[in-house]
Amino acid sequence: MSSFIIRRLLIAIPVLLILIVATFLLMYAAPGGPFTSERALPPEVMANIEAKYGLNQPLYVQIWKYVVGVVTQFDFGPSYIYKDQDVNDIIAQGFPVTLTYGFWSFVVAVVVGVSLGVTAAIRHNTWLDYLAVGVSVGAQVLPNFVMAPILVLIFTLWLGWLPGGGWQGGQWEFIIMPVIALSTSFMASIARITRSSMLEVLNANFIRTARAKGLPAHTVIWRHALKPTMLPVISYLGPAFVGMITGSVVIDIYFSTGGIGQFFVNSALNRDYGVMMGVTILTGALTVLFNLVVDVLYAWIDPRIRY
Amino acid sequence: MKMKHLFAYTAAAALFAGTAFAMDTHPVTGEKLAENQELTYRLMDQFPTLDPQLNEETVGFHVIRDIFEGLISQDENGDLIPGVATEWTPSNENKTWTFTLRQDAKWSNGDPVTAHDFVYAWKRAADPATGSPYSWYVEITQIENAGAIVAGDADPDTLGARAVDDYTLEVNLDSPLPYFPNMTTYATLFPVHQETVEAHGAEWTSPENIVSNGAFMLDELVLNEFHTRVKNPMYWDADNVILEKVTGLVINDHNQALTRYLAGELDYMDDLPPGQFPNLQAEYPDEAFVTPRLCSYYYAFNFTDSGNPALQDVRVRQALSYAIDRQVIVDNVLKGGQWPAYNFAHRATAGFEMPTIEYSTWTQAEKDAKAKELITEAGYGIGGEPLTLKLIYNTSESHRQIATVISQMWKQKLGVETTLENMEWKTYLEIRANQEFDVARSAWCGDYNEASTFLDLLTTTHGANDGKYSNERVDELMAASKTSMDPQAAYTEVEQILAEEMAIAPIYHYTQAFMKKPDIKGWPLNNVENNWYSKNHYRVASE
Amino acid sequence: MALIVGRSIADELRNGEAVQGRSLWQDARARFFRNRAATTGLVVLFLVGCFALFGQHLAAWSNEDIDWNLLGSVEELGGPNWENGHYFGVDELGRDLFARTVQGTQVSLMVGIVGALVSVVIGTLYGATAGFIGGRVDGAMMRTVDILMSIPYMFVLILMLVVFGRSLLMLFIGIGLISWLDMARIARGQTLSIKNKEFVEAAVATGVRPLTIILRHIVPNLLGVVIVYATLLVPSMIIYESFISFLGLGVQEPNTSWGALINSGASQMQYGTLWQIGFPLFFFVITLFAFFFVGDGLRDALDPKDR
Repeated sequence: MSSFIIRRLLIAIPVLLILIVATFLLMYAAPGGPFTSERALPPEVMANIEAKYGLNQPLYVQIWKYVVGVVTQFDFGPSYIYKDQDVNDIIAQGFPVTLTYGFWSFVVAVVVGVSLGVTAAIRHNTWLDYLAVGVSVGAQVLPNFVMAPILVLIFTLWLGWLPGGGWQGGQWEFIIMPVIALSTSFMASIARITRSSMLEVLNANFIRTARAKGLPAHTVIWRHALKPTMLPVISYLGPAFVGMITGSVVIDIYFSTGGIGQFFVNSALNRDYGVMMGVTILTGALTVLFNLVVDVLYAWIDPRIRY
Repeated sequence: MKMKHLFAYTAAAALFAGTAFAMDTHPVTGEKLAENQELTYRLMDQFPTLDPQLNEETVGFHVIRDIFEGLISQDENGDLIPGVATEWTPSNENKTWTFTLRQDAKWSNGDPVTAHDFVYAWKRAADPATGSPYSWYVEITQIENAGAIVAGDADPDTLGARAVDDYTLEVNLDSPLPYFPNMTTYATLFPVHQETVEAHGAEWTSPENIVSNGAFMLDELVLNEFHTRVKNPMYWDADNVILEKVTGLVINDHNQALTRYLAGELDYMDDLPPGQFPNLQAEYPDEAFVTPRLCSYYYAFNFTDSGNPALQDVRVRQALSYAIDRQVIVDNVLKGGQWPAYNFAHRATAGFEMPTIEYSTWTQAEKDAKAKELITEAGYGIGGEPLTLKLIYNTSESHRQIATVISQMWKQKLGVETTLENMEWKTYLEIRANQEFDVARSAWCGDYNEASTFLDLLTTTHGANDGKYSNERVDELMAASKTSMDPQAAYTEVEQILAEEMAIAPIYHYTQAFMKKPDIKGWPLNNVENNWYSKNHYRVASE
Repeated sequence: MALIVGRSIADELRNGEAVQGRSLWQDARARFFRNRAATTGLVVLFLVGCFALFGQHLAAWSNEDIDWNLLGSVEELGGPNWENGHYFGVDELGRDLFARTVQGTQVSLMVGIVGALVSVVIGTLYGATAGFIGGRVDGAMMRTVDILMSIPYMFVLILMLVVFGRSLLMLFIGIGLISWLDMARIARGQTLSIKNKEFVEAAVATGVRPLTIILRHIVPNLLGVVIVYATLLVPSMIIYESFISFLGLGVQEPNTSWGALINSGASQMQYGTLWQIGFPLFFFVITLFAFFFVGDGLRDALDPKDR
């Protein structure tokens, strides 16, 4: 297992390098640049700015310098838009925010989703099942850009219970609405996957055997059915995690949380190559890492899987 | 050592004065002041920088105006009032300007603000090594050698600004510029503290490093979330600054911002959701305000070969412009008290006399009839050759609404089809700058309060003349107006030419609609550049 | 439902044939139609499909014409009204919401179905192949997926829409390119646990070609999970599209989609024009519900372990 993990981590290096180059090239192919502005800058002014940021060098030199900076000094360079900051500052500020509400959303989504799914499966075709399915479908079909303003209308304007946005270093009252808005659709997906997987498992021979032996229902569920049920759920966790990072765009826009999602979209729209590269690389690295964790979990739950 | 003590002492004293002896009543109006002297307002976007020389947009400028102070400031009507400079006099036929600086102005660390700080800042703005996107601004102030410095052909030290002594600044211009003092109210020409800039590099504006000379100091900054600025005890007029703290919250979404304003989290917000102003005004009559704003909204026609050839025909351009029912756009779409526009320069521009544009006096029915006649004459539209125009606009609710409405007007009245192309900002700028459009939604906000900031745009070489309109007479008139004592005649003639040739289709002149809690006072209601200074604001106690 | 079953029995009787052994698919069909929720879902989908295909013939207005009488007073006069032909009311510019909903339904359904189809075909085959072959090939194939997944999907889409200009086709390609990744991972995960089963080992032992094994033995056993996930995918494709619309990168005016309609309706909802979000959201919700229930019905019906 450990050799497998090391191998996977080693592969991550070329993965990230390819990611850097591909993103670089795509970004440069996009029309406009970070310094395109409404009043076309006089050529000499544009030349001054490009010289300041080294954008006048050939593309391969820029990529090379960038990669060297990242690898040797963990330096992601300057932001071309937020001129008083460098990318490291921005990441250091935004990532903890996103990871915090992302983590809580993840926990809520998994705990509530799995419970809902398991309940629905055990009580298959009863009102509880229909209710759980109804709730999860309902949660899934309400886009979070509709849910976010509704939450703020209810909890901030009408009830006055929660602040309508901000982060303030992550105090609990600022976390609640982002977590609700971010977790519901993932919660719903997890509930549905769990339910369908659980139903399948409950029909499997080993469960029938366990039941036939006269084991109590909850033992069957907890001891035997839950573990195999989780396999497809675990498969879904990797994408769900990435989805939460990118889904944070809506959260950041509506709740002014200052997370990475907004930097992400703003940097793409403003051609802030520096921030965009930094965020992409970090998200990419996290994704690779998370997928590895998922695979290890997978093997741990299903020992028949060999790597 | 002794000096340091002294400064620490004065700082403490000033702080003490600011808190313990807080004023009960406003020194001028005598209104009873509230305990709470904090103000929270909404920022639509995170400002990219607080470096005065690097700044190029308004959100950051609102903050920079509070934490730095230039030679001259503006009052509530946009008229000039002393900032760091107490007096300014022209000589040599407006080619030399001499500024006398106040001696009690200090940086937030206690250092005196001197003429050298201004000279340093201005050289820094022009210096290619700074890479300022606004270095062209120094160039258009006509300061000697600015152009050559920006181009890298001259040493920054050759800039025509010099400190005669610590408190006298002399500026030499290449050509006379009567409105040079107006231009010093913009961030690019604000002073910066040399030691701080040199010690901390790009991060000198972060809260722990920054040294500034305005009425407020930057206290906290979290990107895309909020920032706070607190009263600066070192400010020369700190005794008359009433607010203790100003907080800016970044809220991108208009509707979300409005909800939070109504929930009491904000004291001030502008950029209201499109079309909502009348409702808000009806419901909150003492909170909703509207003031003129120095911006002009227009549709640019593409005059180059890449545009639809039909647009070369003046009749087609006139027909398109006549067919736009501006009153409908202003009254039924925007609903924010904007003015239908038939000329380019904003009606509230200082010293600008509105020209009488002939078609502005016709009724819409007359305009429509004329438009139909012209398009038929030109051989297009209903019964003629089909005409399809590519209309580009950048992503925004109100641009989308206006483009949709205008495309329907053109279709129904003239039979002209439109392909709407919405693009995000940078793509839109690139496409527009490359003339890959037929008609482009555009707007221009005055860099300073003078009509040439608008009319220059339609001269052949201007950087924002993306339709590439070109007329020798316009170029000539605008060049001559620079040194003329009475440029109004030239401006009127230029506007008439633009209207006759339909160089652009003007659509409306902006207003600034905003919501402000009734207990916040001192907000300027007549500053067309929307330049507000928090040192003038205060919160009154509720009766 | 009863009618259909009844008729088929009647047909059989009329033809006087002996009752034949029914095929698996017939079996599945019978099971499917026994599920009331699924059948209802199918009917709803059929109706929504009819609405999308034929709705414009019922509309009194075209989807782009502005009702100049209403422009500017939409909040007071723009509600649903039979007399002026605006059955669903008008949008904020006085355009007929019925016609726009019909048109938005067409776009959204197309996006959802195309995205899901691409995902199912490519994703399943890709995942099953990787999982079945295993070893280096598996590693290489799944690392490719990792790389693609590490570029968060919003970026691919934003960049593509930016670099190549936005169009409906680009939206299809963009969503299709991304959507199969999750499916590939899920299919692979399932394949890993199936491939050690006796029937697969038997097939391998008897020298059946790998491609045949994948198509004959692996893929049918994935169908349950694939179909459940595909039904989750159609709505998530539709939700992706709405997210793109939210960012302002969606279909061009005067065309629209559910996402664009809901988004602009949501921005107006606090000002009292609830019909603007109500009607599009209603179609959105019932369609997604229907997809979910049909998917579940299919899962129950196709589940090979139930046979």
